[in-house]
Amino acid sequence: MPVRNYWILGFFFLILLLPRAASAMHIMEGFLPPGWSIAWAIITIPFILVGYLSIKRILLEHPRTMMLLAMACAFAFVLSALKLPSVTGSCSHPTGLGFGTILFGPMAMTVIAFIVLLFQALLLAHGGLTTIGANTFSMGVIGPFVAFAAYWLVKKTKGPQWLAVFLAAALGNLATYITTSVQLALAFPSEIGGFTASLAKFASIFALTQVPLAVSEGILTILIFNAVAAYGISELKDLKVILKEG
Amino acid sequence: MTAIAKKLKSSKKMLINLGLIALLIILAVWPLLTLSEAGFEGADGEAEAVILEISDSYEPWFAPLLEPKSGEIESLLFALQAAVGSGVVFYGLGYMVGKSKKESSA
Repeated sequence: MPVRNYWILGFFFLILLLPRAASAMHIMEGFLPPGWSIAWAIITIPFILVGYLSIKRILLEHPRTMMLLAMACAFAFVLSALKLPSVTGSCSHPTGLGFGTILFGPMAMTVIAFIVLLFQALLLAHGGLTTIGANTFSMGVIGPFVAFAAYWLVKKTKGPQWLAVFLAAALGNLATYITTSVQLALAFPSEIGGFTASLAKFASIFALTQVPLAVSEGILTILIFNAVAAYGISELKDLKVILKEG
Repeated sequence: MTAIAKKLKSSKKMLINLGLIALLIILAVWPLLTLSEAGFEGADGEAEAVILEISDSYEPWFAPLLEPKSGEIESLLFALQAAVGSGVVFYGLGYMVGKSKKESSA
């Protein structure tokens, strides 16, 4: 049997074994011990400050990209409201930050992630105020950073534009939820096996739910990127997104 | 580029976009059709269960300040979030389309 078939078989069994897996979204209110809540908040604050300065600089240099920034923020709002069903039989949602990362870089996205998370924590009881530091770190720092690295790598190796956009969004999404798993495993090490056992538990649940959603997010991001690239080419050139003419 | 070639290119783009949208719908509908037993709860509550399984004495030390009164209110807020967001996205797109048309005719 070819190697690929083993993978498919493995996935099939994983799905059978996890009929009601937990959904991966943000860490719930009160579900990180106070020490971890404070630690993640302290780690995240500098990123938000740098992000704020980076947005300020971009808007000062290129005032006409204001519209794109609003659109990138709104895109994240829309996507994080879409809870999609996944192969594990539970629901989770995309982050929508890959699009903004491609346009404005990972730093700016920390601020946008923070705004989206604050809104959902205050009004929707989704995520939480005590966990906003940890959630902003996974969704607004690690996710966009991975997205940016993926985009840059595909561009550097002269890969096609659509692949760069797709991988940036999909890998950024996956990285966000892997980080969430790590954060939960750090705060809740298993009595037997410690951190790694917990991580395996959280990641096997969270990452698998997220795979199809990462693909969905990649496709949605291609669609919005193509639409913007078709009509807003001068703004994109301001931001140096299009390295070569498509 | 001749007018015909331009038209062909734009209809090819349209086809690709339609294909991508179809793929999105399949990705969302597929699990619903194949996993008829699953709950599709989506609630973060299921992640709580895993935490409580690992450390069964854990008590959440902070509760959300405001909680939507019911599933209906929650879906209202989520719908508003998506509606306002897509409003801004498409306002921006429309603005760009209008501007690029004006520039090309000038």
